[in-house]
Amino acid sequence: MPALLFYLFALITLGFGLMVVLARNPVTSALSLAMSFVGLAALFISLDAFFIGTIQILVYAGAVMVLFLFIIMLLDIKAESDRKTNVAAIVGAIVLGAVLAVQIATVSAAHHQSDLSVNDAALNLVAAGNQMAATKTDLPTISKDLKVGILPDTKLMGLALFQQYGFHLQVMGLLLMVGTVGVVVLSKRDKEVAR
Amino acid sequence: MGHLLANIDLTFLIASVVKIVFLTFLVILPMVAYSVYAERRFSAVIQDRVGPNRTGIPLTLFGFKKDIQILGIGGLTQPMADGIKFLLKEDFTPKSVNAFYYWLAPCLTMVPALMTCVVLPFGSELRLSDLNGLLSWVGLPGFSAVPVPSVIADLSVGPLYTFAIASLGVYGIVIAGWASNSKYPFLGGVRASAQMISYELSLGLSIIPVLMVFGELNLAKMSIYQDANGWLLLPLWGEGLSWARWALWIPMGLSFCIFVVAMFAETNRLPFDMAECETELVAGYHTEYSSMKFALFFLGEYAAMIIGSGLAVTLFLGGWSIPFGPLIGLGYSAGDTPLWLGLLHIGVFLVKIVAFILFFILIRWTLPRFRFDQLMKLGWMVMFELALFNVLLTALLMWLIPLK
Repeated sequence: MPALLFYLFALITLGFGLMVVLARNPVTSALSLAMSFVGLAALFISLDAFFIGTIQILVYAGAVMVLFLFIIMLLDIKAESDRKTNVAAIVGAIVLGAVLAVQIATVSAAHHQSDLSVNDAALNLVAAGNQMAATKTDLPTISKDLKVGILPDTKLMGLALFQQYGFHLQVMGLLLMVGTVGVVVLSKRDKEVAR
Repeated sequence: MGHLLANIDLTFLIASVVKIVFLTFLVILPMVAYSVYAERRFSAVIQDRVGPNRTGIPLTLFGFKKDIQILGIGGLTQPMADGIKFLLKEDFTPKSVNAFYYWLAPCLTMVPALMTCVVLPFGSELRLSDLNGLLSWVGLPGFSAVPVPSVIADLSVGPLYTFAIASLGVYGIVIAGWASNSKYPFLGGVRASAQMISYELSLGLSIIPVLMVFGELNLAKMSIYQDANGWLLLPLWGEGLSWARWALWIPMGLSFCIFVVAMFAETNRLPFDMAECETELVAGYHTEYSSMKFALFFLGEYAAMIIGSGLAVTLFLGGWSIPFGPLIGLGYSAGDTPLWLGLLHIGVFLVKIVAFILFFILIRWTLPRFRFDQLMKLGWMVMFELALFNVLLTALLMWLIPLK
């Protein structure tokens, strides 16, 4: 990807991220959050991670939509817009931000960029494909894609998720299931009380 | 500045821009205009009326004796008359609206609807070097021998990209409802968001069996596979004539049904147009909109419909492939498809989309509207479970009778 596009999307991500915090109107904040996610998705896509990029939009944009509904249903927009600034929160945020900045600075100071050459980062897909074909004969589509020089990011991610982290995935699924059941139980009980 | 613009492939960029302009301005937008006209004529036929049949080129205004009616069919210029009417009408903004979001909402409906078209393979490929003889005769340099693929962005996550961008379209409707600061648009917006979030689940789940069969997320490759081995719903040639493919026909049919129903809900078409149902909500989320802003909502809805049809055609009905293509010599072979065949493939794709849109219109004028609770119940208690069961069934069948 041309460097120009990287700066454009980085600007979109950060600018709208700032808008989320600074905007007075909650709807502006929520919409800025969605735009920020779109910029982030574009950055993922520029790293050849198409799947993560699209899922970023699909999942998070949907989540922001729910935020929207909260704003529309539950918040009094006028009261939110007129709210006084909370000094303690701002000071706390600045301190935390400074700590994070110091941490990033120390890490990047310890990391010598001159030792690494970005140009060497090209992936040897064909060799990886041959190796995959030799070791995992039951996965022909991945090795076929790799051999013609395409990075099958979706398939590789599925492979990692279901072979390496299968157990973790199931634990996460269970967790979500518990959450869902909890919501159903809570909403049902409310109804009975009202009756 | 030079290093910022490094590694931009100029030929690729120009080819992409040409394809985007072709698909958006020469295919989708005219198609939107004429599907509105088709809708009015079709509904007229169903309801035993005549429909818009008078519009012609108004030569009588300039002192001629008769208006010209193209092809002798009155009304073929109706879309142009509609367009002019939309542009010239008063653009009224009510006083109590939130002006910024009121203006933003129509764009947020229209832009995602058009953006989703970039992953659709609208043809096989165009070998432009076939024109080189003609060009050298005129004295122009020829094209390179590498054929141009007839898809704007050949992404490896095709259908997911379409769903992701289409899901951004909900914002337009909800913001329109909210920013209008009025009762009925508000209800319409809330209904639309609930409906679209619910049906996105079954829409996404319904194509998982399809992806399992193809083992692929790239729409162009799916079309090529179906061209060589029979459409998913018409496995009559190539590898399609195997037990495995015919056993999978049942889950694929189920998938197709769920996909189409969910698509009707996602595009807010009748029988699921709860967001704008006029007997309850005046006109739903666009009640407060007039002139071109209203037209943008309208265009967005029809563009979403066209691209939804395109996706359904590509996934289930072979995309651009001609039925029995390889058997009658009209099949695709990489790098060796003559230009006329490439153009024919584009034509076939458009014909399939038109047929699908006519199906959309037929459904709209035959089925009555659902009630909102019925709609939600159908989405969560029938479609969702059916889609999940379908994934399981496909997996089971593919395990029992492996493909190939």
